[in-house]
Amino acid sequence: MSIKLTIDGQEVQARSGDNIIDVAAQNGVYIPSLCYVKGKPCLGTCRTCSVKVNGRVMAACTMPVSDGMEIEVNDDAEIVDMRKALVELLFSEGNHNCPSCEKSGRCELQATGYEVGMMVSRFPYRFTPRVVDHASKTIFLQRDRCIFCQRCVDMVRDKKTGKKIFSIKSRGTHASIEIDAELANKMSPEQVRAASDLCPVGCIIDKTQGYDDPIGKRKFEIKSIKERALEKEHR
Amino acid sequence: MNVEIQSVLSCYSSDKTRLMDMLWDVQNQQGYISDKAITQLADGLKMSSDDVRETLTFYHFFLDKPFGKHQVYLCNTVIAKMNGYHEVREALEQEIGCSFNRVDDSGLIGLGDANCIGLSDQEPAMMVDHVVFTRLTPAKVKDIIGQLKQGKSADEIANPDEVLNTKQDYVEAIVDANLRTESRVLFKPNRDYKSILQKCLDTNIPEDVIEMITESNLRGRGGAGFPTGLKWKMGREAEGAEKYVICNADEGEPGTFKDRVLLSHSPKDVLLGMIAAAYAIGSRHGIIYLRAEYWYLKEFLQQQIQDFRDDGLLGKQILGNNFEFDIRIQMGAGAYVCGDETALIESCEGKRGTPRVKPPYPIQQGYLGMPTSVNNVETLACASRIIEEGATWFSATGTDESTGTRLLSVSGDCEKPGIYEIEWGTTLNEVMTMIGAVDPKYVQISGPAGDSLSVEQDGDREFCYSDLSCNGSLMVFDHTRDILEIVRDYSEFFVEESCGICVPCRAGGVDLMHKMERIIAGRGTQQDLEEITTWSNLLKGTSRCGLGTAAPNPILATLDKFPEVYAEKLVVQKGPLLPSFDMDEAMSAHELAVKNLMEEE
Repeated sequence: MSIKLTIDGQEVQARSGDNIIDVAAQNGVYIPSLCYVKGKPCLGTCRTCSVKVNGRVMAACTMPVSDGMEIEVNDDAEIVDMRKALVELLFSEGNHNCPSCEKSGRCELQATGYEVGMMVSRFPYRFTPRVVDHASKTIFLQRDRCIFCQRCVDMVRDKKTGKKIFSIKSRGTHASIEIDAELANKMSPEQVRAASDLCPVGCIIDKTQGYDDPIGKRKFEIKSIKERALEKEHR
Repeated sequence: MNVEIQSVLSCYSSDKTRLMDMLWDVQNQQGYISDKAITQLADGLKMSSDDVRETLTFYHFFLDKPFGKHQVYLCNTVIAKMNGYHEVREALEQEIGCSFNRVDDSGLIGLGDANCIGLSDQEPAMMVDHVVFTRLTPAKVKDIIGQLKQGKSADEIANPDEVLNTKQDYVEAIVDANLRTESRVLFKPNRDYKSILQKCLDTNIPEDVIEMITESNLRGRGGAGFPTGLKWKMGREAEGAEKYVICNADEGEPGTFKDRVLLSHSPKDVLLGMIAAAYAIGSRHGIIYLRAEYWYLKEFLQQQIQDFRDDGLLGKQILGNNFEFDIRIQMGAGAYVCGDETALIESCEGKRGTPRVKPPYPIQQGYLGMPTSVNNVETLACASRIIEEGATWFSATGTDESTGTRLLSVSGDCEKPGIYEIEWGTTLNEVMTMIGAVDPKYVQISGPAGDSLSVEQDGDREFCYSDLSCNGSLMVFDHTRDILEIVRDYSEFFVEESCGICVPCRAGGVDLMHKMERIIAGRGTQQDLEEITTWSNLLKGTSRCGLGTAAPNPILATLDKFPEVYAEKLVVQKGPLLPSFDMDEAMSAHELAVKNLMEEE
């Protein structure tokens, strides 16, 4: 069913049931997100897609559009700054050293940082010690960079048994991402690469391959994350 | 495979949604859940070991390594700290012979902290294994630990007369009810449940029950205040192969203990409310999600359920009708966030208590993906009275929009802490008189997630859904209490209890707590206060569930009500260094490095 709503004052048409991120992208409006993967169940963990819906702050990935909705993405200074603050929180909470990271240039967090205009985090950097897990033959788990998006936990499974390969241990500030080394060792090179690409940061790192593109030729250097997000929709 | 684990698995038909029960069974048998047990459970459930650990490590009371033969958890709330907590803490360390988060050398007793265990009216209090001890003093601690060391069980110490744990006397022997008011709606003695239900089923089709509850204007007592009749109507209309009724007895909001008293004094009111809900929405299965802190109520409640089965109020063909319903108890394991209905459902399904993304709401897709009505203990007890006395009778009490009564769990600076049943519409001042509040200044209602009131400014305000929509927790603080320290304590509580799945709550909560610490230390500036406000709004706006959105409430509300306590602490920046910059601390690493080098040489 086709319905009408407004995004930043612009009236647009949409299919009932689609979520706000997709509808906005279809209409050329980029909403950043670090956990949402189109076509997969929404995770709603990173909150960086927060927008105002009829004046209330909502995560755009979790919210289906409905008729007459008034959505503010870029028209409202407060919500623009909230999205930026959430990205900054992720940078201060973990340990993100972009220049030395293998994922630099194809890291969604880094690319989103540029997109929201972040220069430095307003929150105190915490320098939390986090331990690298290298038990698996094919994957480094660089926990410094984990943002707990849950993509790997929800979307990566052992092909044969359907068991979870990645999981979360503990809760709150004690939470850590875990990898089942035995199951990880059974992953095909393609599955390892896909898991590494699925990770929005440089936490899941493919041990067998790295730094293959020179600076300037990397994914988001060729085309920004915003352009890519919008392009998919305009296809 | 280990025989014990095998029998645990088969007890639950190797159904991984029952993982919580299996973990409890293993821990109760073996003292903790070993790596070996985890692997065997994982194999039996066709899960990865880390997946089992994901559930296990989420909950405070599950142990993945030995923590003594007995576990002692001392409640560390603000209220406990006002009642001699520190002395009791010291006595425990001394008598057990180890510090907190440690086990004594003999491996007999593990000592740990707990957040609110639902005993704010008789703090300091602690859990020992599955029972509790209240009104602790150093002398009492000495006696209890001494008996444990002599080989007695916690149960034998708490219940020396060996009353059966299925009896109400057992519960009474362990904790005081502290029921301070006469029955108005709740706690009616000597009810004839069978004839109440018989009459209800004889004269009403399910839609009539929904109509009756709707007309009574009963609203959820857990805090959100959602109209119960509407919830049941939506549950009736929702499509699903099965439907479920869940009683939320996770009562984790610090300062609340009304559900403890309802479950120990009028448990059958709650069961009858669940039956009414099941009849209304068309459910065959009910679950009571009971927090682990209330383990001492488990066998008693189990007996109440059995009584109902024996009397034909539960089971197949209830009272001769074509209506089937039964109830099981699901034990929690120590997680405040499981009070959120979707986190609670995840927990019932054997998972970590991550609140779900909404929509869909549980009434559409809840437990096992089926329509589920999650109702608070008190809501269900009220419903049982409405089906007995009718909607008009119920709505005659209270105000037009807030009908019936409200149970208040009162603690803090007052002469008579305990349970009060007040009519909606009662003012804060009236409550202060009723409870014998001593020189009250600040009242925290609905727990840390609620609102902070100034008795001076808010005394005439009314308890009702449009004003003081209280979830039942009421903590009173007099003029001598340190408001900032209380607020800091609350912000630490939210950090400890955050599930950690969304960014603002997990990371932002810590920054808010640090800001409070900075202000208390006398290193905060006006800019810190401004940042507290904007960062609080970030958490309120963008967090995934009620925990994150409520976490800044105590700070924002006390800033509004008592700005002077913050202003007093602020400093003005002199010179180029921020007041929050601690030169000594910044240099300490250097000093340590120099010292280490000297030692090496």
